[in-house]
Amino acid sequence: MAHGSGGLMSQQLIDEIFKSAWNNELMEMLDSAILNITAGRLAMSTDSFVITPLFFPGGDIGKLSICGTVNDLVACGAKPLYMSTAFIIEEGFPLSDLRKIADSMAATAQEVGVKLVTGDTKVVEKGSADGIFINTTGIGIIPEGIDYRPQRVNPGDKIIVTGYVGDHGLAILAQREGLSFTTPALSDCTPLYQLGEMTDKYGQAIKCMRDPTRGGLATVLNEIAKQAGVGIRVKESSIPVSEVIRAACDMLGMDPLYMANEGKMVMFAAAEKADEILADLRKLSPTINAAIIGEVCTEPTGMVLIETELGADRILGMLEGEHVPRIC
Amino acid sequence: MSEISDYRQQLLQAIQTEKATVSLMEVCGTHTMAIAKSGIRELLPPNIKLLSGPGCPVCVTSQGDIDAVIEMARQKDIVLVTFGDMMRVPGTYSSLQEERSQGADVRIAYSPLDALRVARENTDKEVVFLGIGFETTAPAIAITLEQARSEGLSNFSVFSLHKVVPPALELIFSDPNINVDGLICPGHVSVVIGVEPYEILAHKYKKPCVITGFETMDILEGIFMLLKQIKQGDAQAEIQYRRVVKREGNLVARQSIEKVFKPVEARWRGLGVIPDSGLALREEYESMDARLKFNIPDMEEMPIKGCACGEVLTGKINPPDCLLFGRACTPLNPVGPCMVSHEGSCAAYYRYTPAKGRG
Amino acid sequence: MCLGVPAKVIELMANDVARVDVNGNQTEISVRLTPEVKINEYVLVHAGFAMEIIDESIALETMQYLEELLQYE
Repeated sequence: MAHGSGGLMSQQLIDEIFKSAWNNELMEMLDSAILNITAGRLAMSTDSFVITPLFFPGGDIGKLSICGTVNDLVACGAKPLYMSTAFIIEEGFPLSDLRKIADSMAATAQEVGVKLVTGDTKVVEKGSADGIFINTTGIGIIPEGIDYRPQRVNPGDKIIVTGYVGDHGLAILAQREGLSFTTPALSDCTPLYQLGEMTDKYGQAIKCMRDPTRGGLATVLNEIAKQAGVGIRVKESSIPVSEVIRAACDMLGMDPLYMANEGKMVMFAAAEKADEILADLRKLSPTINAAIIGEVCTEPTGMVLIETELGADRILGMLEGEHVPRIC
Repeated sequence: MSEISDYRQQLLQAIQTEKATVSLMEVCGTHTMAIAKSGIRELLPPNIKLLSGPGCPVCVTSQGDIDAVIEMARQKDIVLVTFGDMMRVPGTYSSLQEERSQGADVRIAYSPLDALRVARENTDKEVVFLGIGFETTAPAIAITLEQARSEGLSNFSVFSLHKVVPPALELIFSDPNINVDGLICPGHVSVVIGVEPYEILAHKYKKPCVITGFETMDILEGIFMLLKQIKQGDAQAEIQYRRVVKREGNLVARQSIEKVFKPVEARWRGLGVIPDSGLALREEYESMDARLKFNIPDMEEMPIKGCACGEVLTGKINPPDCLLFGRACTPLNPVGPCMVSHEGSCAAYYRYTPAKGRG
Repeated sequence: MCLGVPAKVIELMANDVARVDVNGNQTEISVRLTPEVKINEYVLVHAGFAMEIIDESIALETMQYLEELLQYE
């Protein structure tokens, strides 16, 4: 295992692939990056990406690794500035795939305007990683006066979801072996840096944002309800789900409200500004299908209710147990 | 689709005007789930009661049978292929999920044909498919067994826990402790068996039976049709789900069951042993009968203390009446199958019913 | 008891296998239990098998109690 041991070969890997894929302006590949940042509150987020398959309809692990951390920063109101990238690579991993992943990361970082400033690669023996694992850590500055956290959520606030839910989870599930099932569904993997415009314009009117990744929309709503100590009520008919995803979930026995999303945000906003925020969201391409799905209440504390087509309320709970495909 | 929406509201209004006290049994676990998810239960007037029924194949599998399945999974060089529902069902000491985490080769499939593929690809292993389900699912397993036989696959077998529904309904109707005024009959079982078994029951026990679909509108129509019959003193078998269920059912499907399976007595959780209610492989298919092939013994029934699944499955109590409900027994830590099965009544109540559903 | 989904038959293949489509999602199922099925017909799918052909004309006759319900208003 010559790579990653600090010797010539690991430097070679980095030089050949990453440096050539990543613009010199973006990346200096020092052990430590020296950054000049303006004074203020620094947001920092880290995430590791272990997804399989590595290449999926709508994206790849590289794009995902940038989007995931960018979106976490955006969710706390920060403008993403710099990111580090660490790779754990299985011996024998095709260099052409590594190149594709590096290119994908560069393209996404370029679009967002975030700089990849430092990184690390390690090579491990075959079987110790699923091809490649990626960690990205990002930092950004939170503008003055911006404070996004569940504790700011109050009864009366409206809840917005920025587009169709369930797409990423379903697109990935369909790639799994043993499923004779094809879908036109694509992962919604998207960096939501444009939401910075909402942060700038609406400031305090936005109380909290969170991206509904693992566990989906229902999980995020439950988490916020508990953390904020409020009740949440949403309307089933208001939640945007595409016909393709709805049908696919029916076929596979899954529920789109619990499927992962990688290009969506759940926003809690002051009622008087909600319609305006919605209108602005609908002008941006990644959030064109945004919708107000419900509101925050005083009760039932820590729980989420969903109003069915018939007009009755039922619980939208946390996902219990493994999300296995079912038949009956 | 506001026309449908209005129609649903009109059906609901009509149902809400009903003053008589009526108990309807939702036979099928899928109906229980659909009813809970749609909120119909919340909107019915208190005089109309919906009782759970024994139509959840995972829920009515006896404790002994579950233990036998787990015993099967433990055997070396066996690949157990099952529908997802069975993974977390608690046996007396373990579950398939637990066994898998301990190294057992247990795989999930959508179709029994997937298990055939596993057998073809793993000739050094014995592949056992866990056959659970009623008449909707049995034909699929029957066809799969025929296919395996024609291919001469010697490493494939089926562990049959299949059951058929009408004998259980007969028992429910004839039990003096169960008070049911009408049956919401399972839509997809009926696709196979048609209307005749219900005509016999309706005639014998003077209770209306309506074969109902699973959309909210279907269920409201089904309830409406039952209430209408009860008011008029009728006792007919009707089909609400006409777009899929034919009066004669699916003959090809029934013939495939006939060819491969024979009726045997079977133990149902909550109902006890019912003659001719289970399906076992016929002699010609003995070499693919996993029970015989692997000498799986009949396991002793060891019901779990406090678990009232049996009473829930026969409509004698509602899930929140069980002392373990929401306390010792939750979907995350289930004691009995009714809480863990995706079509289990307890799971439906716990998951969807506000306030009332929580212990 | 059973997860059944209506799917459109778009291709009939060898060995009683058909390709079906539900809003763009596709899978292959066995049509052994519905041997008379034709392309463009809808079937009810369960456990990888077509269980029955859906009668479209009946499917379109929704709201069969509309008139009768008027008396409850």
